[in-house]
Amino acid sequence: MNRYPLWKNILIGLVLLWGLIYTLPNFYGEVPAVQVSSGKATLKLDPASVTDRVAEVLRSAGIEHNGIFSDVSGVRARFASTDIQLRAKDAIERAFNPDPQDPSYVVALNLLSASPAWLTSIHALPMYLGLDLRGGVHFLLQVDMPGALTKRLDSTTGDLRTLMRDKNVRHAGITREGNTIHIRFRDSAQRDAGRSAIQASTTDLQLSDRDDGSDDLKLVATLTAQAQQTMRDFAIKQNITTLHNRINELGVAEPVIQQQGAERIVVQLPGVQDVAKAKDILGRTATLEVRMVDDTPGAVEDAIAGKVPFGTELYTERGGLPLLVKKQVVLTGDRLTDAQPGFDGQTNEAAVHLTLDAAGARIFRDVTRESIGKRMAILLIEKGKGEVVTAPVIRSEIGGGRVQISGRMTTAEANDVALLLRAGSLAAPMEIIEERTVGPSLGAENIAKGFNSTLWGFLAIAVFMCAYYALFGVVSTIALAANLLLLVALLSLLQATLTLPGIAAMALTLGMAIDANVLINERIREELRNGSSPQAAIAAGYDRAFDTILDSNITTLIAGIALLVFGSGPVRGFAVVHCLGILTSMFSAVLVSRMMINLIYGRQRKVEKLAIGQVWKPGNN
Amino acid sequence: MEFFRIKKDIPFMRHALLFNIISLITFVLAVFFLATRGLHLSVEFTGGTLIEVSYTEAAQLEPIRQALGTEGYPDAQVQNFGSASDVLIRLPNREDLDTNRVSERVMSTLATIDGPTAELRRVEFVGPQVGKELATDGAMALLLVIIGIMLYLAARFEWRFAVSAIVANLHDVIIILGFFAFFQWEFSLPVLAAVLAVLGYSVNESVVVFDRVRETFKKKRSMTTPDVLNHAITSTISRTVITHGSTQMMVLAMLIFGGETLYYFALALTIGILFGIYSSVLVASPLVMWLGVSREQFIKPKKEKEEAVV
Repeated sequence: MNRYPLWKNILIGLVLLWGLIYTLPNFYGEVPAVQVSSGKATLKLDPASVTDRVAEVLRSAGIEHNGIFSDVSGVRARFASTDIQLRAKDAIERAFNPDPQDPSYVVALNLLSASPAWLTSIHALPMYLGLDLRGGVHFLLQVDMPGALTKRLDSTTGDLRTLMRDKNVRHAGITREGNTIHIRFRDSAQRDAGRSAIQASTTDLQLSDRDDGSDDLKLVATLTAQAQQTMRDFAIKQNITTLHNRINELGVAEPVIQQQGAERIVVQLPGVQDVAKAKDILGRTATLEVRMVDDTPGAVEDAIAGKVPFGTELYTERGGLPLLVKKQVVLTGDRLTDAQPGFDGQTNEAAVHLTLDAAGARIFRDVTRESIGKRMAILLIEKGKGEVVTAPVIRSEIGGGRVQISGRMTTAEANDVALLLRAGSLAAPMEIIEERTVGPSLGAENIAKGFNSTLWGFLAIAVFMCAYYALFGVVSTIALAANLLLLVALLSLLQATLTLPGIAAMALTLGMAIDANVLINERIREELRNGSSPQAAIAAGYDRAFDTILDSNITTLIAGIALLVFGSGPVRGFAVVHCLGILTSMFSAVLVSRMMINLIYGRQRKVEKLAIGQVWKPGNN
Repeated sequence: MEFFRIKKDIPFMRHALLFNIISLITFVLAVFFLATRGLHLSVEFTGGTLIEVSYTEAAQLEPIRQALGTEGYPDAQVQNFGSASDVLIRLPNREDLDTNRVSERVMSTLATIDGPTAELRRVEFVGPQVGKELATDGAMALLLVIIGIMLYLAARFEWRFAVSAIVANLHDVIIILGFFAFFQWEFSLPVLAAVLAVLGYSVNESVVVFDRVRETFKKKRSMTTPDVLNHAITSTISRTVITHGSTQMMVLAMLIFGGETLYYFALALTIGILFGIYSSVLVASPLVMWLGVSREQFIKPKKEKEEAVV
C-alpha cells in the first residue's frame, strides 16, 4: 500500500537533481578577473566589440584566460591566478587606454564565480552575498523633491515673465509663494489675456482666480498633479543614470543602484572601503556648456599640428573628427531644464528636444540670430575635462527656449544624446540618509559564524533524530538535508541577496522544518501503539500529519509574508529565506521522506516491525 | 529511545486558573517594564551613527571619550563590543551635526590618540526619518501578522481558537519585549524579525494542539471539553518537546557560534520558544475552554470528508 507511482518518484528525483545543480555554483568559490567598463559618460560600451578586442589583446600578449563574459555594465575576463590577472590587467590597460592622462575605459581587478561555463550557461549562479557578508558600503540617498519642485517653480516664474512680455500682457508682478506662483493684475481684461496666453503655452499649470481687493486681481498658478508626478519620475530616473555613470568609474564589480520607494535610491558598492572617495564621486557635479565652434579655415590643421589658436581648445567630435571650440562659454547646463529624444516634425528624422529656461532662451535667441550657418558645440564637463556631446549646425534663429537638434542621427543616437545632456548633472540634490560600511574582515567573520551555527545546529539535530527515531530518524535527516539543498538552490536561482539575518533564517527554518518530520514520526508511533499494522501505521501517520503540517506552516508563512511586505534591509533578507524555507520544508518533509520510506518498506509484502525506535505499548507493562 | 510513557491524560485543565494567574502576572510585569524602562532601541530605529572599530590590543576607552568630547561629540557613548579590543561608538543625531561626514571625522579623531591605530570594522548611519519609518513598518507588520493569522484560524477552525491563539501569542511577544526592556538588551531589526518569527512559530504550536482538539472532538463522543483538551495536549506533548528541543538546538548553536550580531536574535528566539510551549499549552487551551468551545461546533456534515482519510 505504501508505494508511489513511478512518475512521482521520478519527479521527486528530478527536483532533487535540479536542486543539486543549482546549489553547485556556491561551492566553486571565486577566481580573479579583470573588468573593462566605460570610463566616460560620452563613451558607450559595445559588449560584443569590446569582448573581441579583449580576446585579441590577450592573445597577442600570450596570456591564457578562462573565458570572457559580457553584460550591459562591462566585459570581464577570468584568469587562473592573481599573477596572470595582474599581467592581463596591464596589457588590457595599455591597449584600451593609450593615453593614461585621459583614460576612456576603466580597467579594474575583480572577482568572478569559478563555476564551470556549462553551469553559468544554464543560469546556475552562486548566491549573491550581501554587504554584511562580503564587506563594502551601502548608501540610501534621499532625492530632495521639494527642492526640485522649488527649482522648477522658480524657472517657471521666469518663463511666465518672459511670456507676459512677449504677449504684451501688463501685469503688476510675478512671484513664487510656497508651491504656487502669484501673478498680479490691475484689471480683469488683462487677467483674461494673461490666462489665455499661459494656457496656450503650457498645459502643466493649473490656474485659478483670486481677488484680494478691487485693484488687486491675482492669477494663482500651481503645477498640475500630473506635471509634478512626471517631474518626480524624471528626477529620480535622471539621478540614477547619473549615479550609474559616476560609479562606473570606481570600477566596482557589482554595484547595486536601485530606486526604493518614491524618492529614494539605494547604492551598494561591494568591496569598496574608501567611503570618503565614494561619497565624493556620488556627490560630484558635472556641467554642460554650450560653446561656439571656431571654423576659421586652416585653424584646425594648425591646432592638430600643435599650434592651438589663442582662446580655443581642440576636441574630438563623436565620430573622430577634430573640432576646434572657443573657450568662451555661451550657455551653461543650469539653463537647460529638459532634454528628450523625439522626431523632427517636418522631416521625421530622429531629433533631440531641449528646453531652456527664460534667461537661457533669451541668450540662445541672440546667439543663434548672429551665427546662422555656424556650428555650436555642446560639451559635458566632468572632472575638469570636457567631451563634445554633439555639435550641430545652426540653421535659423531659435527663440522661445525650445531647441531641436537633428540631422544624421539614428533613434538610438538621439536617445543617447538626450541621456547625456540630462546625465551631466543631478536633476535634484540628494542627501545620504543611511550609510553602512562593513569591513572585509568582518564580512568573512560573519560568514564563518553563520555557517558554523547552521552546521552545528544541523549536526545536533541529525544526531538526535537518528538516535531517537532510528531508521525513520535517518530518513528525516536526509529529508532535512534535501530541504537545505532545495533552499540554497532556490535562493541561487532567484539571485536573492544572502545576508547574516538570512543565514540565521536558514538555521531557524531548519530547526522548525524538523517539526514536520517529528509530527509524522510521532503519529506513526502512536498508530503502532494503538495496534495498527506497520504498513497501515505509515500510511495513516503521513496522511494524518499532513493536515497539521499544512495548518501550522501556513500560519508561519503568514508571518513570513508580513515580514516580507513591511520589512526592510535585514528584516527582508530574513523574511525571503524564511518564506522559501517553509515551502521547501513542506516538500521535503512530506514528499521526499515519504518516498524514501516507501522505497524501504513499500516493496515488502509483510513488515514485522518498523525501525522507528522503541514503541512502548500501554498493555506491555 | 522514547521519552514519554504517559498512561493517562495529564489533567492540565485542572490547574489552568493557577497558570493563567502566573502568566497574567508575568504579562503585567512585562508591560510595566516596557512602560517604565522602555526598549533600548538600536541606531536603526532611533537614527544616529554607530561606529565599530577594532584595535590590535585592549582598547583604552577613556582617552577615546575625551578626544571625542573635545571634537564636539560630548554625548558619544563609547563601550567595548564583544571583546576588549573592539570598541563601539554611538552618536545620536543632532541638528547641528554634519551627518554626512561624521564617520570620517570620528576616524580622524581616533587617529590623533596615542597608542595603536584603530581599524574600521563597521559604520552605520541612519537618518532620523528612516528610523521612524522602520518603527511604523514594524508595527504594521505586527498588525498584519495578527490579522492574517486570526482570519486563517477562524476559517480553518473556529473564531474561539483564533482569539485564544492570538491572545496567547501576543502574550509571548509582550513577554519577550518585557525581557528586552528589563535587561535593556539592544532591540535591533534582526530582533524585530525574531519577534515576528516567534509570533508565527508560537501560533504554529497552538495550531498543532488545536488540530488535535478538533480531531478528538470528532472521534470521542463521550469526553467533556476539559478532557478533550487534556487528551489533545497529552498526545502531542512528546512532539511538542522534541520539536522545540530541535529548534532550540539550532538556536543554541546560533547563540554560541553566531557572534554579537546573532546573539540577541537567538536570545529573543529562546525566550519565544520557552514561552511558546507554555502559552500554547497553558494559556491558549484554557482560553478556548472558557470561551465555550464544544463538540457541536465540529460535527458539521461538510467536515465528514476529513474523517474518510482513515
